[in-house]
Formats: sequence, structure tokens, C-alpha cells
Amino acid sequence: MVPASLENSPPLAPSKPGFFGRNRDRLLRTLIPVGVVISLILLWQAIITVNGIPQYILPGPLAVANSLYNDWGTLWPALWVTTQITMQALALALIGGVGIAIFLVQSKWIETAFYPITVILQVTPIVAIAPLILIYAPTTQVALLICAFLVAFFPILSNMVQGLKSVDHNLLNLFDLYGASRWQMLLYLKLPSSLPYFMTGLRIGGGLALIAAVVAEFAAGSAGAGSGLAFRLLESQYRLNIPRLFAALILLSVLGVVIFMITSFIAWISLHRWHESSLKREN
Amino acid sequence: MTTSQAPLIPAPGDSRRRPLVVMRNVSKMFSSGTLALSDMSLTVEPGEFVSLLGPSGCGKSTALRIIAGLGDVSTGTIDWPSSRINSKGLPEGDISFVFQEPTLMPWQTVFGNVYLPLKLRGVSKSAARDEIMKTLATVGLQDFAGAYPRELSGGMKMRVSIARALVTRPKLLLMDEPFAALDEITRQKLNDDVLRLWRETGITVIFVTHSVFESAYLSNRIVVMKARPGRVHADFPLVTSMSRDAHYRTSEEYRQACEKVSNMLLEAIGGEEH
Repeated sequence: MVPASLENSPPLAPSKPGFFGRNRDRLLRTLIPVGVVISLILLWQAIITVNGIPQYILPGPLAVANSLYNDWGTLWPALWVTTQITMQALALALIGGVGIAIFLVQSKWIETAFYPITVILQVTPIVAIAPLILIYAPTTQVALLICAFLVAFFPILSNMVQGLKSVDHNLLNLFDLYGASRWQMLLYLKLPSSLPYFMTGLRIGGGLALIAAVVAEFAAGSAGAGSGLAFRLLESQYRLNIPRLFAALILLSVLGVVIFMITSFIAWISLHRWHESSLKREN
Repeated sequence: MTTSQAPLIPAPGDSRRRPLVVMRNVSKMFSSGTLALSDMSLTVEPGEFVSLLGPSGCGKSTALRIIAGLGDVSTGTIDWPSSRINSKGLPEGDISFVFQEPTLMPWQTVFGNVYLPLKLRGVSKSAARDEIMKTLATVGLQDFAGAYPRELSGGMKMRVSIARALVTRPKLLLMDEPFAALDEITRQKLNDDVLRLWRETGITVIFVTHSVFESAYLSNRIVVMKARPGRVHADFPLVTSMSRDAHYRTSEEYRQACEKVSNMLLEAIGGEEH
């Protein structure tokens, strides 16, 4: 390990790789994708300007940025609603997925009895259940939440079940040998040991919760105040307000990226000290 | 360590001295129908260093696991004449096990790994700290308490595993080919460490190995086992006039001990029905 102070100090001899040399890789890794995105945006604007394409067919990035700024009053509440539904669904999916996984692995019989039900819930396309949920749920918001939850829940559950069942047998023997209770076994061995699996489930679940929140809102077709970005997408389409449609789309992408970054960061924070997936190879 | 441990371990010549563990006619049949152990009897006295030696498949690991309570016997009994027995028929806190792999929790530091047996008994971290650091010092890892297992070499991981086994001050240490995966130099070093700990603490050790040299170097009693089905072929003491150290490794006495053990092992293998 190089101490932080050494890492940041200027190079001592010109023969050693300099600051730029050592950080070139990292710098390039950021600059290249940013450069590509900027180039594509410029190309997009150029095509629009050169060909004179009207805004209602394909708006340029400038028009989209303009819409993002002008329609912020409409888009922001919608973004907030979608974010809330996604986050609440993810939180519920985490609690439900982990809880049910713990319940399922308690005995072979419990697993045999209940696992098929969770699989049926997963493989049934969510859009197909949405109308039913919309009928039974007290409000549209609750219906959206249920849809997003059902989709995000399964990857967390299946990863968690896999993790809880993949505990090192020698460690299980060791805990047995020391007379560990069921509760201690779960708390000190099975849960920490399945943390990498949980993190995989979290990352997949985070992405899926957003997708499901959007799809469910399409299906619900809810309107008016309190509706999310998906409704704003549809509304923009009906009104041929294509710049706003793009703006809403960009907000959805940004939300997706932020969720991905947060879940990846949580995974890194909890695993980087010990798990292979978060370690740099040192050869 | 030696002085603080003294009251827990009966001194040699103690009038209350009784066998630590008595296996009587133990057989073990796996669910696959394989007879892993057949009619094995073994009495281990306090303070002994017993090696279970034999070819692979002779049931030596099975025997060790059965003693540890990891798996039931099919027939026969195991008694602990000098221990308090818990509801599972095991001596409460008197045994520790060192596996062939270090079997450390990768998400815990060295300290956390050694703390585990005490944590499971409900000892608080602050109350356990001194004992853990002392035990780490006995295996030479006091400076690595905060390290994660991935940062350690194979030999160091094994030392952590041994420290974890010793931290509860058990009467009996069961070791299942603990150094088989290590290089020769590390293995010799760890052999010396185990011998030193055995001498200092007076702990009883049952050591499973397939190495003639290792068993002849470490033990004061060797049980040679035979395969298919696993059973005891020979059981003899190994007394030396020398102290077991680097000098002993090159001595004539050690060579003779190895020869004797080797012949016993050859007999055991030769007598196998193929």
C-alpha cells in the first residue's frame, strides 16, 4: 500500500512515470466516453441544422435543452414522482426479497413449497398483471408501487437465496462446532457471506424497479397531478411536443444512471475490503 | 500464556487424570453405503500428541470429524470422561478444530476471525481483546490484527486459524491435515510452532496427516490406519531422547523413527484388499 501522501506527491525523478503518466489511464477512461458523447451531440445538432429537419420530427439538442429548461416546472414534479415510486419499490423489494430468502432457506420443505410461486410471479409479464393490480389497488400510486416492487423483488430474492445457500461448508462446520445458534449462524455467517450476492441483486433490482415503474405507468395511463415521467412521455407524444419527450427521456436516463451509480457505490463500499469482485488484481 | 492457562490443564501426574476422549468400537457408514470406519477404538490421554496416519480414504478425517461431533456414529460410543457434556453429547468448549483450509471469514479482519469463538459465547469484544491479542502473539501475528485474510500468505492464514482454535483455551485440538497445502519451508515452521504451543500449553492434539515425516517429527504417539474399511492398523508410542527441533530433523534417531513409521504404513497399505 502506498500512503496517500506519497500517492499525491509530485514525481521525484524525471525517469519515473510522471503524474500524467500514472494518471493517464484514469484520465483517458473519463475523457474518451465524454468526448464520444459530446461528438455525437454535435453531430446530431449538425444533421438537424444542415438538413433543416423540423422540431416536431426530430428536435436538435439545443431544442431539447431549451425544453428541459422551460418545462422544468412540469418535468421536475414528474421526475420526483417516478423517483419516489422507484425508490419505495426498491426498498420494499429489498426488505421482501431478503426476508423471504431467509424464510425459504430455513428448510428444504419450505423452499419446495414456496419457490414455484415466486417463479410464477416473476415469469408472468408485469404489463399483463398491471390491469388486475390497477383494479384491486386503492390508488394508482399504490398500483404502480406494487408493479415496480414485483419486478425488482425477484432478482434480489433469487440472488439472496443463492447466496444464503453458498456458504462455505467448512465455515458452517466451524459454527456448528462452536455451538452457534440458528440466529448467530444467520447473523454472523450466512448474511455476511451472501453480501456479494445481495449486491448483485441490488444492482439488477435498482435498474428493474425504474423500468417497471415506467412500464406500469404506461399501463395505468394515469394523468394529471401526481403522475410520473412516463405519463409526461405519453402526453408529449400526443401533443407532438417532441422536444419535451426527449427531455423527459433524458431525465429518465439520468435517473437510471444515478440509481446505477448509487447501487454500485454501495456495493463497492461494502465489498472493496475483502471481496474478489471489488479488488484490483495485483499482478 | 503458560501461567494463565495452568489451572485449565491438568498437570502430568495429576491424580484426577482421566482419559480425555474414549472411542469405543465406532463404525461409520455413509448414506452412500460406504463403510468409512469399522470398529475403531481409541483412547486419548491428556497431554498426548497423537497422529492419525494413513493412506487417503482410510477414514482418518472421518474419525476426527466424528470426535468433533461433526457427524454421527453409526455404531459405537464416544465418551469424554473428564469433560462437562452439553445437550449434544459434546464437551462444552473443550475442543477446537483446525481444518485443512484456513477456513477464515474473508469479510472479517484477523482480529474478527480469532474473536469468533468468543463472540459466539457472548463475550464482549472489549473483554476478549486481551485474550485475542495474547493468542495472536503466540502465533506471531500480533501486528496483523487489523489485516484481512486476503492480505495474508497461506502460512499466515493457517496461523490465524490456529489462533482461533486456541483462543478458547480448549483441552483438545483436532487438526485435519492442516499443513498439507503449504510449501515445505512454511510447513516445517508451522510444525515447530505447533510443537511449541503443545509444550507451552499442555494441550492435547490429535493430528491427521498422510506424511510419515510430519507424524514422526510431531507426535509422541502414532495411530496408523488402514483403508477399506477404515480401521486401526497399529498404535504405538514414539519416544525420543532429543528435543524436537531443527537438530532432530537431521538426527539418526529421527531417521529411525521415520523408518519405523514408514514400515508400519507400508504394512497397512500392503495389507489392503484391492
